[in-house]
Amino acid sequence: MDSKNAEFIQEVLEILESNGKYTEEQIAVMLNVSVDEVREAIKTLEEKNIIVGYKTVVNWEKTQKETVTALIEVKVAPQRGEGFDKIAERIYRYPEVKSCYLMSGGFDLTVIIEGKSLKDIAFFVSEKLATLESVLSTSTHFVLKRYKENGTIFEDKQRDNREAVIL
Amino acid sequence: MNVKEMISPWVRAVPPSGIRKYFDLLNDMKDAISLGVGEPDFVTPWNIREAGIYSLEKGYTHYTPNMGYLELREEISRYMKRKFNMEYDPKSEIIVTVGGSEAIDLALRALVEPGDEVIIPEPCFVAYKPCTLFNGGKPVTIRLSSENKFKLTPELLEKSITPRTKVLILSYPNNPTGAVMNREDLAKIVEVLKDRDIMVISDEIYAELTYEGKHISIANFPEMKEKVIVINGFSKAFAMTGWRLGFACGHPDVINAMFKIHQYAIMCSPTMSQKAAIEALRSSDSQVTAMVREYNRRRRIMVDGFRKAGFDCFEPQGAFYVFPDIRSSGMTSDQFCERLLTEEKVLVVSGAAFGECGEGFVRATYANSMENIIEALKRIQRFTKKLGLG
Repeated sequence: MDSKNAEFIQEVLEILESNGKYTEEQIAVMLNVSVDEVREAIKTLEEKNIIVGYKTVVNWEKTQKETVTALIEVKVAPQRGEGFDKIAERIYRYPEVKSCYLMSGGFDLTVIIEGKSLKDIAFFVSEKLATLESVLSTSTHFVLKRYKENGTIFEDKQRDNREAVIL
Repeated sequence: MNVKEMISPWVRAVPPSGIRKYFDLLNDMKDAISLGVGEPDFVTPWNIREAGIYSLEKGYTHYTPNMGYLELREEISRYMKRKFNMEYDPKSEIIVTVGGSEAIDLALRALVEPGDEVIIPEPCFVAYKPCTLFNGGKPVTIRLSSENKFKLTPELLEKSITPRTKVLILSYPNNPTGAVMNREDLAKIVEVLKDRDIMVISDEIYAELTYEGKHISIANFPEMKEKVIVINGFSKAFAMTGWRLGFACGHPDVINAMFKIHQYAIMCSPTMSQKAAIEALRSSDSQVTAMVREYNRRRRIMVDGFRKAGFDCFEPQGAFYVFPDIRSSGMTSDQFCERLLTEEKVLVVSGAAFGECGEGFVRATYANSMENIIEALKRIQRFTKKLGLG
């Protein structure tokens, strides 16, 4: 991949990451290339699993739906020959796990889970997570409020406060 | 006493800006989109704002040296070298001003005496003519055209020069057209000027916002350097309009003259703004690049949108404006702006506001979110469809 193409691919990804609703036609105009080139690039990126999916950022707090989110620090004993990946997989396969990261520092895995209530989360931690053989300890922190999620700030959009009279 | 009679005729000679009426209309409208504003929609990057806050916490609330903090002038000197390959001594060749606007005013005040002619290619930023008139100077305008891509040509310049010509104002990338002048274009202007005693005020406030190739200044020509006052600032590139901070670079004699006026009229530029500007120059290159990239995408969407609406639209290569030709609508620029605003709630500015030769054009800025731009273009296309265009 030459550097010009690499830059093009990066721009396509940046644009779609900022707003997944832009059409291929719009992206083509923005980058001064043909629609076919954009379509081809997106197709390849999807096939390579570089574009993994398209989602909507939702502020559930403004809806009727009640959810509780917790961040759990997990210490595990890595298994010989499998390292952390196997145990991580056993954890992230649960649908209530939203994110799962291997960490450096004082603990091994960050697990972010979502449930309907505090009880849900308590149940998950005590019955599912803590009972796994390789899990040594867990420490659960509840999310009280979301300010920013994946680069999107949740506060209400500000009105354009620029003066209209200046040239 | 008739107070009106007491006002200096030089000030009375300047008419009030004719743009206000639309803005009054706009203020009463809900969900109107303004493509009329001449400043970035981005808020100043956080690290720069934080540096301003920190300076207040530390108690930097006093005057600074008249020329601006030396630390800031040193950063400006490095910046001019790094970005534009221009060399200026921070001690004697750079002055920090209250926005690029003050620098323009200072430069004209330092150079112009009553009767001197100042050549102003139009369409252009609205301040050059009034600032010339305030000094008793005589503005000599040049009508640029879309056929020449709104560039100044040596023929047009030559025709405007008289024995009284003192100053030429060049402003590229240009507000309102978005035109730029490349090395070949400028070389021809240099040929006209190099053996003449004419100073150039080169307003390069949009220099960072250049989309095809790199910005070049007439001061990059060694034979011109001492004749040129380069004006730049933080407003556009760093999204710092409200901080009111600009600067001028030039020959020590002219900077010293500007300094004299500045110290009596202004004292010094705002202290916290200067502190924030040091941070801006030291560690914001990547954020400037990201903003320029985003402007570039919006620029293409705008040009495409106006063309689809049925207008000839010159492709701007700098600043954040497009300047489409709306004559095919059969309306004057004024009528067009008023109808577009009342019927589709989109505000653009009449090209005539930037000089008579801007009649038949409108200025639309893409310093607005992509969402708003796409929606505004939809409305403009609906409007022209109604007119039977596009």
